Amino acid sequence: MTGYRFSRYAIDPVPVVRLNRPLKECRFALVTTAGLHAPGQPDFDYSNRQGDDTYREIPGDIETGALIETHRSKSFDHTAVARDRNVAFPLDRFRELERDGKIGELNHRHFSFMGSIIKPGRLIDESAPEVAAMLRRDGVDAVFLTPV
Amino acid sequence: MCNQTVCLVQAAIEREGVATVSISLLREVASILRPPRALFVNRPLGYPLGAPNDPELQHRIIAAALSLLERTDVPVLEEFTE
Repeated sequence: MTGYRFSRYAIDPVPVVRLNRPLKECRFALVTTAGLHAPGQPDFDYSNRQGDDTYREIPGDIETGALIETHRSKSFDHTAVARDRNVAFPLDRFRELERDGKIGELNHRHFSFMGSIIKPGRLIDESAPEVAAMLRRDGVDAVFLTPV
Repeated sequence: MCNQTVCLVQAAIEREGVATVSISLLREVASILRPPRALFVNRPLGYPLGAPNDPELQHRIIAAALSLLERTDVPVLEEFTE
């Protein structure tokens, strides 16, 4: 992980939102940095040494197993995600929670980034706030995020 | 890297007024970055929900993470324990 300077990006102040309804009434969305995307969407660009800070919108009705992983990092074991996308993007598990009434409902879309972003300036200033604004406009109450 | 990117996207979403919780595979990164709510899962990179094709374990990890969502004593960083 040479090259990363985590402390530069410490979140301060830490934002906090109070959930104003029980989980079984909340609309949820998923966000992952596993570099997953739908068929037909462009691959993530691992050749960009600063990091690819773009994101992909994952349709809510996608078959989880159809998701493609184009995260080229050699720093993690890709075999688990290859066998089961839910290990990094648990859409089927959240569908089960929705079916069982444990959460209110799933949003009609989710979002995916590729995590290897050495210089996250544009992520912080542009792409992350864009995704955040879309989730708010969608009426999402809570977001579950996963790395890989 | 992934765990840092999660923290930064998470903070942007919470700032927008939407509650968030994340999985972290690197406790040190979460403790330095300070996302609002994180569940540290002591598994290798590539295994944030524990194991492939183990829906019961995946559900236990999700439930542990969702139990943090109502916390407002941020930053919250807990560890998943079986």
